[in-house]
This record gives sequence, C-alpha cells and structure tokens, in this order.
Amino acid sequence: MGFKSFCFKKSLWLFHFGGASCNNCDIEILDCLTPRYDVERFGMVLVGSVRHADVLLVNGSINKKDKPRLLEIYEQAPKPVLVVAIGACGCTGGIFAEGDTFAGPVDKIIPVDAYIPGCPPKPEAILAGVVKLMGKN
Amino acid sequence: MSKQTLIPVGPYHPLQEEPELFKLYCDGEIVKDVKWETGYNHRGIEKLSEKKSFDEVFFLVERICGICSTSHPFAFANSVEEIGEVEITDRAKYIRSIIGELERIHSHLLWVGLAGHFLGYNTVFMWAWKYREPVLDLFEMITGNRNSYAMFKIGGVRRDIENSQIPAIEKVLALVKKKTDMLVGAVMDDPVIHARTKGVGILTKEDILQFAAVGPTARASGVDMDVRRDDPYAAYPLVNWKVITAQAGDVFAKAEVRLLEMYESVSIIEQCLAGLKKEKEGEIEVKVKNIPEGFGTGHAEAPRGEVYHFVVSDGSNSPARHKIRAPSYTNIATFKKSCVGQSISDATISLAAVDPCYCCTERLAVALDRGSGERIMNAKEIIEQSTRITNRLLKQA
Amino acid sequence: MVIDEIKKAFAKEILETGIRNERRVTLTIDPGALPAMSEHLYKTLGFRFIIASALHTKKGFEIYYHFSLDKTGLILNLHVILDPEKPEIESLSNMFEATNWIEREMHELFGIDFLNHPNLDQLLSEGNWAIGEYPYRKKFKTNGEVTT
Repeated sequence: MGFKSFCFKKSLWLFHFGGASCNNCDIEILDCLTPRYDVERFGMVLVGSVRHADVLLVNGSINKKDKPRLLEIYEQAPKPVLVVAIGACGCTGGIFAEGDTFAGPVDKIIPVDAYIPGCPPKPEAILAGVVKLMGKN
Repeated sequence: MSKQTLIPVGPYHPLQEEPELFKLYCDGEIVKDVKWETGYNHRGIEKLSEKKSFDEVFFLVERICGICSTSHPFAFANSVEEIGEVEITDRAKYIRSIIGELERIHSHLLWVGLAGHFLGYNTVFMWAWKYREPVLDLFEMITGNRNSYAMFKIGGVRRDIENSQIPAIEKVLALVKKKTDMLVGAVMDDPVIHARTKGVGILTKEDILQFAAVGPTARASGVDMDVRRDDPYAAYPLVNWKVITAQAGDVFAKAEVRLLEMYESVSIIEQCLAGLKKEKEGEIEVKVKNIPEGFGTGHAEAPRGEVYHFVVSDGSNSPARHKIRAPSYTNIATFKKSCVGQSISDATISLAAVDPCYCCTERLAVALDRGSGERIMNAKEIIEQSTRITNRLLKQA
Repeated sequence: MVIDEIKKAFAKEILETGIRNERRVTLTIDPGALPAMSEHLYKTLGFRFIIASALHTKKGFEIYYHFSLDKTGLILNLHVILDPEKPEIESLSNMFEATNWIEREMHELFGIDFLNHPNLDQLLSEGNWAIGEYPYRKKFKTNGEVTT
C-alpha cells in the first residue's frame, strides 16, 4: 500500500457529488471552507472536475436518475480515490430510503472507504472523518 | 437561424451544490434559450408523508430543505392546526417566530455569501459565512442542532427558550446588526458590484404576476406581498415591523431587499424576546387528541417566499394527501425572462438571484422544459448504460 | 365582500360552497367553468395563483386550484372533480405562465390530461419511473378500501 499512502499523505483535493439531498450536508461541507473551520489551511480544496480529485465526497440519498451518473463519475476519477459517504442519507438512505425512487445507499453502488453519519454531521465531524481516513492510509 | 452553441451547466457542477442541468443555448455571448432539466433530486416526499403519523411528518418535511428547514414545519403546523382548530399558547407563538426569523437571517447571509462567490468575490463569501456561525451556534444552544431543529409539533413547540438563554441571544443579535452594517456597506456602495448587478436579470412587475413569483424576488420588482403581514400567523400580529420592497427588479434590488430584511428580522426577534419574558416559562404546548376529517391550508413566509402546504385528513393518524409547494417552484420558472437576452457571464448570477432551492422544488419531478423533443437519454438507454458500466466494474473487481 | 361578488357572477357554475372562516373558502365548480372563473379572479379581481393539488379518491380525480388575494389574506380554493376513467380539463397555461409546470407535474404523476397545454407531450421524469406509469394513482378495492 506504499503508493496509496504516498498519494494521500498531504493536501487532498475534494470533489463533491450531491445526490438527491436536502442540502444540509452540502452546506456543512461548504462550511468547512469558511474561516471558522478553514480546511484550506491543510491544502484541501474543492475542485471542479473529478479527474483532479483525491477524495470523492458523496451525500444524499441516490435516486434512480443519479445512479448511472454516480457510476460514471466514479469511473472517471483517477484511481486510487477515497470515497466518503456523508450524512445519514449517504450512509443508509436516511428517511428517504422508503421512497419509490430510492436506488440504494451509496455503498451499494460504489465502494466506500469512510462513513460520516449525522443529520447533518457538523463540520468538525467531517474534518475528523477525513483526518481519520488519511491516518488509515 | 444562426448556429447556437450549447453550454451545459451541471448536473454535477462545482458551483451548485445540488444536481440540476441547465442547458444554455448561446449565439456568441448572448443566451438565446435556456432548457432546464431536473429529476435528480426527486425523493417522493409527498407519498412518504402519507405513510407517517402527523408528528412524524415534521421530521420528514424538515429535511425537504436544509436552508429553509423551519418554514416547511411552520406551514405544515399551520395547516394541520387549521383542520383541528387548535389554538396555541402565546409563548409557543413567540418561540416559533423567533426560530423562523433566526432562520431568515442565516439564510440571507448564506445567499449573500453565495452571490459573492458567483460574482467572484470570495471575500464576501468568507465574511458572510463567518458571521453566520454565531447564528448557528445559537440554534445549537436552543434546539440542539445547527440545522433541522425539530422544534415544531402539533399544538406548540418541543423545547422552551429559557429566560436564562435570552442574554446570549441578544448578544448575537447585536453582532449580526453590526456585521450587516458592514456587509451593506461592502455590497451597496461597491462600484464593481453595481456594474455587475444593476440592470442584470431584470424581472418586471408584469413578469412577476404572470409567473406568480413570491418572496424577495417579487418584492424586488415592486410587488408588495408578504405572508406574515397579509395572512398573519404565530407572533407576527403581536410585533411591529415593515415589509421591504424595491422597484428595479434586477439582481441589485434583490440583494438590497434581502440585506434590509435582516434588520427587520433582528427587530422582530428583539420584540419577541421581550414578549417571552412576560409569559410564564414552560407553557409551550396544548394537548391535541386527534385531527378530524377535513382539509387545511397553511402557508408561511420562508426566506425565499411563500411556502404552501395543503393537507387532507381522513380522521386517521396520517395525512391522506399532503401537497407541498415550495417558493422556488414559481421563482425558478422566471429564468425564462431573466436569462434570455443577457450575456452568458450574467447567466449564473441571474439564476442565483432568485435564491433557488432545488431540493425544495423537486420533491416531485418536473422534466424537460421546452419542446424540440430532444432528450439526453431515455429511460431504457440509461438502464442499459448503467448495466454496461456495472458489469465492467464487476469484472475489474 | 369578494366572495359574494364571485358567487353572484358565477351562480350557475358553482355547485357547492364551503366556508371555514372568512379567510378560507372553497368553491366546488363545474370543470368547464374553470378557465372563465380563473380569468375573472386573476385579471379582474387581482388574485394570485398559488398552486394546484390533485388527489385520487373514490369520487375520481379531484383538483384544488388555490388562489390567494394578498390584500385581505383570503385563500380561495376552486375544487373540480374529474371523471375517473378519462380525467381531462382545460389547461390554464395559455392565460398565465404560473400553471405551466404544475399541470405537467399532475399529468406525469396522475395521468390527468390538460387540453391545449403548450407542451405536455415532452414530459417524462427520465429514469425515475417508466412511461405510462402514474405513481400517485391509488388502487381502490371494490368494497371501498384503499390500497396504494
């Protein structure tokens, strides 16, 4: 695993994929960039294309329309890539799991490396989760 | 007809947190036509609501949208309490209004930040979101969570705001007032922002009435409407405040309306806190035995406009039909008027100026906007492509 | 009062009146009268269209068109009941834009046909459910119980 731990040693670039979500988690992820939590001091930025990304942040309950697009985005991400499922909806589907258009939680579609539960998880929880992931690798 | 270039914005774009596909057809730099495609956010909420009891529906509707998280429970509570003819205590009214107005402040600060971000003014983005944090801390102190507060129930509220917490709230309000002064100064007097937002994305009063748009989008075009004043609910008839309107209808007017509304929200909260101190602590709910058969309409003024819930009850413990109309439903349609004919670099800020909340809009799905019959992929093709990709991934694993 | 004025002007078309209080009134009307009444409310009296809600009940397809008169806080619901076998009604979208999307949504979810709508055919929520399937319709058993 020498190559992988080398890749994830320093500043991680994040790409955010929002599924069918209520936006709470999306706002908390954006909150990480703001002065109080300031994830940019670690060199982490949100990038515009998944091909530049080290980490794919997925949140929201994925519906049938998002599913093939999520697969396509995962395929486009250069490997190795870490996938983080954020929020109750990303981990298990949350309260929307019983809906008709629910297409399975994220880990049924793509392999997930870390789960950050919460509704929404506080920015401190998101940072703690990403740091734990870096430590593991 | 000259050739047009298609520029897709989305569905998974770094600027927008939610998946939406805007296809801008441009002739040179001018946008000639906009197609909007959605369905990525559909979660089937109206149908889910029928499976849950009235009290459980509050947790569901709160998560329609994170930013307007209180307005949906507000409208739902107004609607069900109308069916059951429930009268809530004054203390509960004050607490509901306080939560609603605090949410308006944090939502407008969020919009100011995002608008700054879309214009390229990252400093405004960082400052607005930095001064949003104390408001979120207040929420955490009062309700236990930064978003999705679970404060509402039929007959009142779940948690009390104790008199001992009031000084902390007043301290944050003073800070918000000071920082709004700073933001107003930074935004309203800046010549570059004037150049980028004045005259951009104009919606006339006639457009607003045709599309039945609501909220700050309508007030910025001179339409004087606000649910809190027109059909009062909760503590709004008990306090003094005014409705802010502007005449120009462009992005600048919309920004101005939202910033000035923050001052009004602070004033409403201060008056509600004064009212709270006079009421007896602890009387926050009335017992409701059951909701009779019938239907009720409830609306509330969310930060984006009027949220409308229509609930039909058949006497059982769950709604028989729950129709939800979010303000962005009518507001987003106005892009047909505000974006077409503008240059493409103004398209993003025009789209953002109505403060769209796609997750609110799309609890149900609306699809392709205009008809040339063009589709990206139809259902069968999507499934085939998905199967191909999955098989390929499985083989590689 | 506004309601009395409307009731006098459209006395033949109004089948039933339901008044909860002075701010919440529901008029059940003949479906054919919908365009004329909506035009009167919007153009002459200054009502704003809020939204339309459709439900599938044992009587058939019911639609409530919700209008608001902001000056007085009145919400007026126009209620129509459509034939369960062939639910169709005239579209209001040629009169104002505000009904465009909601009529398409009701068509997609319930299968109600809106006649003369500018572009109803292009509607499909790709991938979320199949063509011809109307997810919000209910199935009624013959003894009157509901299954979904």
